Amino acid sequence: MTLALVIEQVLNGVQLGVMLFLMAAGLTLIFGVMGLINLAHGSLYMVGAFACASVAALTGSFWLGLVASLAAAAAAGALIEITVIRRLYQRDHLDQVLATFALILIFSEGTRWLFGSFPLYLDIPPLLQGAVGLPGGAQYPLYRLAIILAGALVAFGLYALISRTRLGMRIRAGESDREMIAALGVDIRTLYTLVFALGAALAGLAGAMVGALQSVQVGMGEPVLILAFVVIVIGGIGSIKGALIGALLVGSVDTLGRFLLPQLLALVVPPDQAGLIGGALASMLIYILMAIILAVKPRGLFPAQA
Amino acid sequence: MAEPVLEIRDLHKRFGALKATDGVSLDLRPGEIHALIGPNGAGKSTLIHQICGTLRQDSGAIRLAGQEIGALSVAERARLGLGRTFQISSLIGAFSALRNVMLAVQAGAGSSFRFFRPVMRDRGLRDQAMARLERVGLAARAHVPASDLSHGEKRQLEIAIALALDAKAFLLDEPMAGMGPEGSKVLTGFLDSLRHEAPILLVEHDMDAVFALADRISVLVYGRVIATGTVEEIRRDPTVRTAYLGDHV
Amino acid sequence: MNRETRVNLLLLVLLLAVPFVADALGQTFTVTLVTRIAILALAAVGLNIALGLGGLVSFGHAAFFGIGGYAAGILASHAMSGEPMLFGFEGSAQMPVIWIVAMLAAGLVSLAIGVISLRTSGVYFIMITLAFAQMVYYFAISWPAYGGEDGLSITLRNGFPGLNTMRPTEFFLVCFGVLAVALVLSALLSASRFGAALQAARQNEVRLASIGIAPMPIRLTAFVLSAMITAVAGALYADLNRFVSPSMLSWHMSGELIVLVILGGTGRLMGPVAGAALFVLLEFWLGGITERWQFFLGLILLVTVLFARGGVIGLFAGKERHG
Repeated sequence: MTLALVIEQVLNGVQLGVMLFLMAAGLTLIFGVMGLINLAHGSLYMVGAFACASVAALTGSFWLGLVASLAAAAAAGALIEITVIRRLYQRDHLDQVLATFALILIFSEGTRWLFGSFPLYLDIPPLLQGAVGLPGGAQYPLYRLAIILAGALVAFGLYALISRTRLGMRIRAGESDREMIAALGVDIRTLYTLVFALGAALAGLAGAMVGALQSVQVGMGEPVLILAFVVIVIGGIGSIKGALIGALLVGSVDTLGRFLLPQLLALVVPPDQAGLIGGALASMLIYILMAIILAVKPRGLFPAQA
Repeated sequence: MAEPVLEIRDLHKRFGALKATDGVSLDLRPGEIHALIGPNGAGKSTLIHQICGTLRQDSGAIRLAGQEIGALSVAERARLGLGRTFQISSLIGAFSALRNVMLAVQAGAGSSFRFFRPVMRDRGLRDQAMARLERVGLAARAHVPASDLSHGEKRQLEIAIALALDAKAFLLDEPMAGMGPEGSKVLTGFLDSLRHEAPILLVEHDMDAVFALADRISVLVYGRVIATGTVEEIRRDPTVRTAYLGDHV
Repeated sequence: MNRETRVNLLLLVLLLAVPFVADALGQTFTVTLVTRIAILALAAVGLNIALGLGGLVSFGHAAFFGIGGYAAGILASHAMSGEPMLFGFEGSAQMPVIWIVAMLAAGLVSLAIGVISLRTSGVYFIMITLAFAQMVYYFAISWPAYGGEDGLSITLRNGFPGLNTMRPTEFFLVCFGVLAVALVLSALLSASRFGAALQAARQNEVRLASIGIAPMPIRLTAFVLSAMITAVAGALYADLNRFVSPSMLSWHMSGELIVLVILGGTGRLMGPVAGAALFVLLEFWLGGITERWQFFLGLILLVTVLFARGGVIGLFAGKERHG
């Protein structure tokens, strides 16, 4: 185990964490402001990836694809907010779960209808191809570093948006008191649509960026969605800060666990066994982390004010 | 003097800078109705929450029949004999009045972990519950869903449930709230007879009821008991007059 | 006999009669379809105890369904190969043994999951049960001893004393019998002292505690019982398909189980049966019309949630009655 390898794995963990943050931020914002649990958030991630891949294939430009992914996911988000989600704010969580579960079926099958069952592929843009030298002598892909940077920018932008701008003020007001904000004359329906579209755009952005690392296919959003759930449960539902810390925690624990556990186990059991047990254990690690955190703090690390 | 049934000693609770309960001590003696009054925001609700266990005190002691209950859960305190009613009626809406009381009898009788025998055919439970409903004058409405009862009937049902627990002490949180003058009168008469079963700590805004019923009154202002005494003593107490009663008397 | 009881009986008689008529007409596929209904109904009866009676929206019941499935697959494979497993147990190809193991395994896992997730409520509970089920799913995928991602085949359907389970109607009878037992248990449970406390916990947890019944042990018991019934359904499902794979553990399965309960009518005794029947028939009917049936299933589900609450039983049997 060299230093370079460790740095590489840590960076991979951070990169996964940043992706998860983009998903979790939208989820937690939507729950915090509107009190809605949205299972279809993973579908918006998928929409972003498909939009990016198809526009990039059509125009030859990844960057146009990236813009398209933001636009498509935001538009899809606004559309389902206006047609479906809006009717769910006053319903119980069970109805929200069922309706958004139905949306997943519609989105997944609809995408398969439009694009067929074969995965699409998205190339890393020429500007970001290649690798950067790490201390210790290893190479790290430039594109992954760019993702980390983009995620950090978004996190900062989101923080500025919520704490510094008028829209952010309204979002915070909406979180604490819906009647108050309605009484102040802010159009709460438009605000909700905006927040939902913003969350959708973040998910779409995450989908597009990851699309260049793996294949773009139906169902790609669901594993990420569930990890994002783990993130916001750990961080405290409704808290952006909790989402950021939870995402980095989950990203690094998952990545480092898969890397380190088999090696650690190899010290006590035969290597082939160590790989097996280590791999299986590593896949459960973040859930064990979640269980431990919940056992100590049932409302997560940074519980939003009740 | 008889040993107090419910004893609160030097109870403290703060929320940030706010001292919601600031060194409260109270006694509830056998056979008495002890009224707790005070202006809104005096900390009555916070105190009740601590007595029944939905809030944990920062320091101080709460004893029921000599046993320290300050660290027990809500359910454990109820099992030891703390019967409470809620400020806003808090019933199982979809259950009939009878089933609401049966649930309380079942809780008092011990096990809820019986999986097979239909509860409605359990004569023992039924009869005991029915007796409680008769006691509060609600027998005729036994099979009406709790959510369909009138406001006054819900209050009566709350008390029937507290009765079913065979409580050692009752904690009644504004039982008169929302009752018409006629209903208040009937309920006042009923509470008067209830004190012989177990003493009552009565939190109430209706001063007529308080002065008619209470053996003793404690006045809570800004989280502190500023006076405790008989109705006459409280009426005459100058600090109470300035702090709270003001022009009311 | 009130209207709901009549609707319930009619449903059961239909469920029991159709396979035999179909078998007489040589329609073996219909027998399989109805068997599938009975098994999914059983799983939903289990979930209904937690979800309907207890108000616990478990989005992780696929874990217990899958554990039941794997109990059947693993025990059968050991019985077949003769290779001893844990504690020198030789496996079994007998359904009653498999069911007991399935219930024990699901009971233990649900106890662990329940202890942690029942400390929370609402949206936390939904997400946490989902996450734990996902943990079991990933474990099944990454543990290669029993097929990993590819799943595990059951060469010969497991047996039941006195019956030939390879015959579709006889296997159906087994499934129907278990379903009937579970329905009786579920009816007794909801009318019992325990059921009263459980329903009270759903409606008003503060009230329940204030009369001296702690909600947590009641809910945990309901959650575990619910998981055990769903696990037996999982074992039967594996036997029906003679195959078990991680897809039985997937979160789609959890979602489907909730859909079954809601389609039929939450908390109603026969709601799960009506829901399962409707779901399987819808799936079959849509599947015959279009390859894109999931799209339309999603639309139907969405419209049901948004505009038609109360489920199928509510539609035919009117509003729920309370004692």
